[in-house]
Amino acid sequence: MSHGDMNLTLKIWRQKNKEAKGIFETYPISGISPDMSFLEMVDVLNEKLIVEGKEPVAFDHDCREGICGMCSMYINGQPHGPKQGVTTCQLHMRSFKNGDTVVIEPWRAAAFPVIKDLAVDRSSFDRIMAAGGYVSVNTGNAQDANSLPISKEDADESFTSAACIGCGACVAACKNSSAMLFVSAKVSQYALLPQGQPERKSRVLAMVNQMEEEGFGSCTNTGACEAECPKGISITNIARLNREYLSASLSSK
Amino acid sequence: MGLTGLFLITFLIVHLGINLCALIPDGGETFNMAAEFMGSPFIKPLEIGLFLGFIIHIIDALVLTIQSRKARPVGYEVSKASANSTWYSRSMGLLGTLLLIFLILHIAHFWWPSKITGFEIDGRESHDLYSLMLYTFKNLWIVLLYALTQFSLGYHLLHGFKSAFQTLGLNHPRYNGIIEGVGVIYSVVVPLLFAVIPVILYLRVNGHIAF
Ligand code: HEM
Ligand code: SF4
Ligand code: FES
Repeated sequence: MSHGDMNLTLKIWRQKNKEAKGIFETYPISGISPDMSFLEMVDVLNEKLIVEGKEPVAFDHDCREGICGMCSMYINGQPHGPKQGVTTCQLHMRSFKNGDTVVIEPWRAAAFPVIKDLAVDRSSFDRIMAAGGYVSVNTGNAQDANSLPISKEDADESFTSAACIGCGACVAACKNSSAMLFVSAKVSQYALLPQGQPERKSRVLAMVNQMEEEGFGSCTNTGACEAECPKGISITNIARLNREYLSASLSSK
Repeated sequence: MGLTGLFLITFLIVHLGINLCALIPDGGETFNMAAEFMGSPFIKPLEIGLFLGFIIHIIDALVLTIQSRKARPVGYEVSKASANSTWYSRSMGLLGTLLLIFLILHIAHFWWPSKITGFEIDGRESHDLYSLMLYTFKNLWIVLLYALTQFSLGYHLLHGFKSAFQTLGLNHPRYNGIIEGVGVIYSVVVPLLFAVIPVILYLRVNGHIAF
């Protein structure tokens, strides 16, 4: 691995398993290149730990290009670190200074229990999606795309909401551990499209219901989610979710 | 939360309007007239509604706070919340609690003596609310309490006003500017005027000003 000349002190949350009590361990690390991604820096640490016969730090990652949403790390008090609009895998060590102390914690939420070290269980998001994040499709040949008229504005807005990668940074940043930004992005993405209309009411009710069952907190509109979301999902979606929910509750049988 | 909040916001305007009458230098005549109207049977249901509004708002606030605590059993070692949200948006419970403490004292100062126990001015039973106000605001500490509480109110509303619209789903690029603007003006002007009233009455009753 290419080496540079940055030296850092890492303070990392170590926890053997879901039940175990965790603690912070301090690891000095040297020879870090400013061009490394944050995850590559942790890779360097892990290689060192393995050589020393110690347990490497468990952390989630998959695509390493900002699209899968796995790389959950709470870095120096912010989800995905100090830069706005990026995931941890897209954060580079040039965002830190030589000699910095970097504190790395897992997402903290009852609905995201720690599996090990920095890896958390986000299947609560999957269950919310299973509750309503789908559309009915007939089997058979795909329909001609042009037979479903949709305005450019709605298509763009739906697409912008669909950019949510389900990373959970919104929950991690929120003082209430609310999942409203995630759920609102998913509800919006379907509510704006013709394909989403058949389940429009039942979807919002089911997804919000599941969200509450998973033990996320209630939104108080601080806007922390929007500021920390790596995909720039706007809290305008939360207002839309509130509208959709209100009208569905008032009109459903 | 949003509905009760907006209801309380509407109430504050009415309350402020009546209190401002106390500044008219007519020996409290206009103010007492306005206060008397607010004591009429026609207003009674609104008064009960107001108590309910406060109680529902406070219970809602408690439920929200308990839910949030439960939703994050283990906190962060380092949290840089200032990078993503305003301090007052994160301190609504604290600001609200300060308002509640004030509210209890405020009820004890005016509502309780005028509606429940009756009160005496200079040893004689009185119904003159304006005199009760002057009498209460003779005390510098009470004046300071009333004036300083307005900071809590201002910051509570600086977040609360626009937050209530967002909660009710009222968010639209064409109107967001207006909502935000009116919210800021309300949160500055209303607490400021509320703070000015006891200060002027203090100066008046202690003979520091002539009007
Ligand atoms: C003059 C009195 C008050 C007014 C006009 C007022 C107004 C508001 C408004 C408009 C909101 C926003 C609602 C929303 O986001 O949907 C709010 C939220 C809140 N209020 Fe009040 N309030 C008052 C008194 C109180 C009191 C006495 C308490 C507490 C004991 C309190 C506690 C809260 C809390 C905890 C929230 C939380 C929601 C958040 O964090 O955004 N408020 N208030
Ligand atoms: S809304 Fe943003 S922060 Fe929340 S899960 Fe989706 S991409 Fe992540
Ligand atoms: S590893 Fe896929 S988004 Fe970071």
